[in-house]
Amino acid sequence: MKLLQVFLTDTHWAIILVLLPLAAAVLCFLFSRVASFIGVTTLFALLLSVVGLGWQMRETGVYHHAIGGWEAPLGIGLYADGLSLLMLAITALVGLGISIYATSYFKHQDAARFWPLWLLLLASLNALYLSADIFNLYITLELVGLAAVALASLTGGPDALAGAMRYLLTTLLGSLAYLLGVALLYHGYGSVDIAILATQAKSEPVLWVAFGLMGTGLALKMALVPLHFWLPATHANASAPVSALLSALVIKGAFYILLRLWLEIFAPHSGGAETLFGLLGSVAVIWGSLQALRQTRLKLLIAYSTVAQLGYLFIAFPLATIAGATVWIAVAYLALSHALAKAAMFLAAGNLIRFGGHDRIADLDRVVQRLPLTAGAFALAGVSIIGLPPSGGFVGKWLLLESALSQGRWDLVMVILLGSLLAAAYVFKVLGRTFTKAPVSHEAHAVPARMEWVALLLACGAILLGFLAPLIIPLMDIGNPFTISGGQP
Amino acid sequence: MSNISFALAGIGLFVLGLYALIVHDHLLRKILAINIMGSGVSLVLVALAKHGGDALPDVVPHAMVITGIVVAVSATAVALVLMVKLATETGRAMLPDDSTE
Amino acid sequence: MNWDAWIPLLVVASSLLPGLVIFTLAEEQVRLRTALNLLGAFVKLALVSWMVWGVYNGHHFETRLPLLPNLEFVLRAGPLALLFVGLSTVLWLVTTIYAIGYLEGSPHRSRFFGFFSLCVTATVGVALSGNMITFLIFYELLTLATYPLLIHRGTEEARKAGHTYLVYTMIGGALLLLGTAWLYSLTGTLEFTPRGFLAGLGEEHRHALIIIFVLMIAGLGVKAAIVPLHGWLPLAMVAPAPVSALLHAVAVVKAGAFGIVRVVYDVFGVDFATGLGVMEPLAWLAGFTIIYGSLRALFQDDLKRRLAFSTISQVSYVVLGVAIAGPIATIGGVVHLVHQGLMKITLFFCAGNLAETLGIHKVSEMNGVGQRMPWTMAAFTVGAFGMIGAPPVAGFISKWYLGMGALEAGQNWVLLVLAGSSLLNAAYFLPILYAAWFKKTPSSWPHEHDFGRMETAWALLLPPLITAALALAAGLLATLPFSPLDWAKLISVREFY
Repeated sequence: MKLLQVFLTDTHWAIILVLLPLAAAVLCFLFSRVASFIGVTTLFALLLSVVGLGWQMRETGVYHHAIGGWEAPLGIGLYADGLSLLMLAITALVGLGISIYATSYFKHQDAARFWPLWLLLLASLNALYLSADIFNLYITLELVGLAAVALASLTGGPDALAGAMRYLLTTLLGSLAYLLGVALLYHGYGSVDIAILATQAKSEPVLWVAFGLMGTGLALKMALVPLHFWLPATHANASAPVSALLSALVIKGAFYILLRLWLEIFAPHSGGAETLFGLLGSVAVIWGSLQALRQTRLKLLIAYSTVAQLGYLFIAFPLATIAGATVWIAVAYLALSHALAKAAMFLAAGNLIRFGGHDRIADLDRVVQRLPLTAGAFALAGVSIIGLPPSGGFVGKWLLLESALSQGRWDLVMVILLGSLLAAAYVFKVLGRTFTKAPVSHEAHAVPARMEWVALLLACGAILLGFLAPLIIPLMDIGNPFTISGGQP
Repeated sequence: MSNISFALAGIGLFVLGLYALIVHDHLLRKILAINIMGSGVSLVLVALAKHGGDALPDVVPHAMVITGIVVAVSATAVALVLMVKLATETGRAMLPDDSTE
Repeated sequence: MNWDAWIPLLVVASSLLPGLVIFTLAEEQVRLRTALNLLGAFVKLALVSWMVWGVYNGHHFETRLPLLPNLEFVLRAGPLALLFVGLSTVLWLVTTIYAIGYLEGSPHRSRFFGFFSLCVTATVGVALSGNMITFLIFYELLTLATYPLLIHRGTEEARKAGHTYLVYTMIGGALLLLGTAWLYSLTGTLEFTPRGFLAGLGEEHRHALIIIFVLMIAGLGVKAAIVPLHGWLPLAMVAPAPVSALLHAVAVVKAGAFGIVRVVYDVFGVDFATGLGVMEPLAWLAGFTIIYGSLRALFQDDLKRRLAFSTISQVSYVVLGVAIAGPIATIGGVVHLVHQGLMKITLFFCAGNLAETLGIHKVSEMNGVGQRMPWTMAAFTVGAFGMIGAPPVAGFISKWYLGMGALEAGQNWVLLVLAGSSLLNAAYFLPILYAAWFKKTPSSWPHEHDFGRMETAWALLLPPLITAALALAAGLLATLPFSPLDWAKLISVREFY
């Protein structure tokens, strides 16, 4: 028992979280015949490592480690607090689901291409959540972007390739803007370490310009309206597991950086940027939802729903200037729930496409009877996306609503409620059609049970989050990630 | 003072690249534009490296630039492969017009 | 271990767990499904009886679990909660039996009974909720659980009706959510408290509180089908008969009416709400709904639609009783929650029987049906007399107390509404009864099934007979302890003295 405790507290789980998927990616590339096996095993190991890290952090607080004893700027520092832990956990959990799904979805050549890229993406994402300096964040951001683009292009065909190409150009542009911001910050304060920058930052032009560049670059990667032009086509034309991981995980990486930088460095010197974020977020919620409602193809509907749901994350910025931690907890909660629910939705859509050979909403043709698990997955995920109780989405939206009301921000109250109603409209537009018979029946193909169950379990996870707030919120708060540091507000 | 002019030149390259990225349709031009932007950022990094009155230049930005170049090379490689694939599929090295759907 | 703290949760779980298991069953596992359904229903009945006995003897049943920062998930068995839980539990049992008979041989029964159980779970949760956030959770769950039942048949008509239902209920839910969150931002608590928890709020919040009241009543009024929020209810008639019975008598409309009772008594408090000046408009609205629903019912030839408009009218008796804001009217309103449930479910069971056995859907097809199906029509007659308010059926008790309460409160116009609505009820029910019993039987029925010696399947006949008997008993034995009237008096005492 004691040995186990020592093992749990002394192992460098964080390093494993980065190196293991990297090594597994190489192995998958070399031994492509057993790639699926390696991949799923790795994901299980990652999940256990996150649990280990969580255990460690519950005992000793935040995790900090300088690899090889070299601190930033030359070395690489690893840092994990409650926010990082939660992001790592959701990545591992949703990643495991997507991986199990992928074992049935991809065969032969496709699998050989998918696994190395996917594991590389996971390694980069984990490194992103563990980075302690803004330059390493750039590197990981770029790696995530490149791996994601390669994954998006896997399906081949003009639509997917064009989507991937557009995504690549966008993501590179975003990274370069971010890097220019890094250069300015380094010039201004002589460091790339987030903690040092937090203490040095002052309200002055170099900081504002740097934030403008970094914020724009990250907003581009997160498809914040009006920079969302690339997202629907890319997410809708990729294969189902890839759509799921793009919408659920990759976007969250960029958001994590933005949130981290905001909390640590920029919030006290924002110069009103939160108002702009709030405005754009509101537009994203309404406009994205309306677009989703207009779609006739399921995957495009889900992709626009992502645009809308990301808007909620930005609505929090103006609220947080007064309400602080509560709002950020709401945001983190929304991000977690969205990751689970959106992955479930895209995987469910993948099942429907496999089943009927199309994703036209009007022709869903009684799938509620023929693929009940998939229909159930879509419905439960939809409940969380709408924000109906009991679900993770409800917890997040309730906390947001509460803050907006207590601050008298009626504009945001209306946006939050209207966004939920529109989400209900587009989710039930799909669900209603799952009960009816299509005018012309299509030939149906069998869907492996594993693919149905994964989608359903992820959706159940999003619902379950609604009950777990008392457990998860204290974990999030390890190291007080949501307390604004860096000088006086 | 020459440092500042280098930095300004770097920013100029960034803006120029951004302009080219937006206006040109051909993907090769877009990829080149991205590369020019990257060079601009590198220039800014190096030019602003020396701060304070030290005689020795700061090595950190140089390390960053080298890393940045590696990243840029790989990104360009990915972009070129994608472009070639797209060109073989559609016969045109361009993105389709309708950017909204 | 303190069992009293878990019983409310077990009551909710006793239909949730069977429901979840039923989803996984194959279509042909009829026996297992039936066994699970009945097991859940009986377990629930036993637990609820235990709680009724306990509460009568001063026990305290409360489940408390952390849910959100500073907010808990609370289930509490107070007298008002138990009244509604008792109704739901008894009616769930009979409706389950009815549904088993009604759906015999039809497809997708596992899905149906799964959602059916979820629906009851949500209703019981609504009843037991100890604070507004818990109420909200179950209230929305109810919307979600009834939607698949509503569009169960999968026709385009059903889909459209479901769509309308959702448009109403989702907007209603959003209004209720807004009202709740707003209230929470003012008070920092949402715990249901006898006579409300707002008394400490200053005069400066008066306008906000009026708006909150309107928001919450509007959100709840959608489900309670208060005019002009009633549009979804007649359309919802496309659902199978057991669903209509459940929607109209127990689950949906009652959850709305019950919510209004809760909000007025345990959130605002009668005195405080009267002070805000919101009770009188609510009473007028309820009165208008009563007359409007009856008038519309008069002109429906489709039997289920006639019953639907009758529901719209009858549920507002509950709201009216609350809005008159006096102790005696409260008794009338609250007891009507139960009485209307018993009577209306009887009528819907009978309508379902006519449709299943003879293919009769219209009032104009009912000539002489009393001779062909005497038992069914006897039950129907009891229900109809109850609706009219004729003694000794339960409906009479409700109307009596409502009338007395209105006089006590000096709101004499209510008597006009009651008289008018009773006349209208008579006008749309008596012709049916006359036709069924005294007109000549036609040579053939629209679509007749043969059930041998019985007039229809026993599983279809038994439930309406039981509920009709209960409706009679609730009227005849109203003065005995544990009768609905007795409980309603208990509730009224708690709120007013």
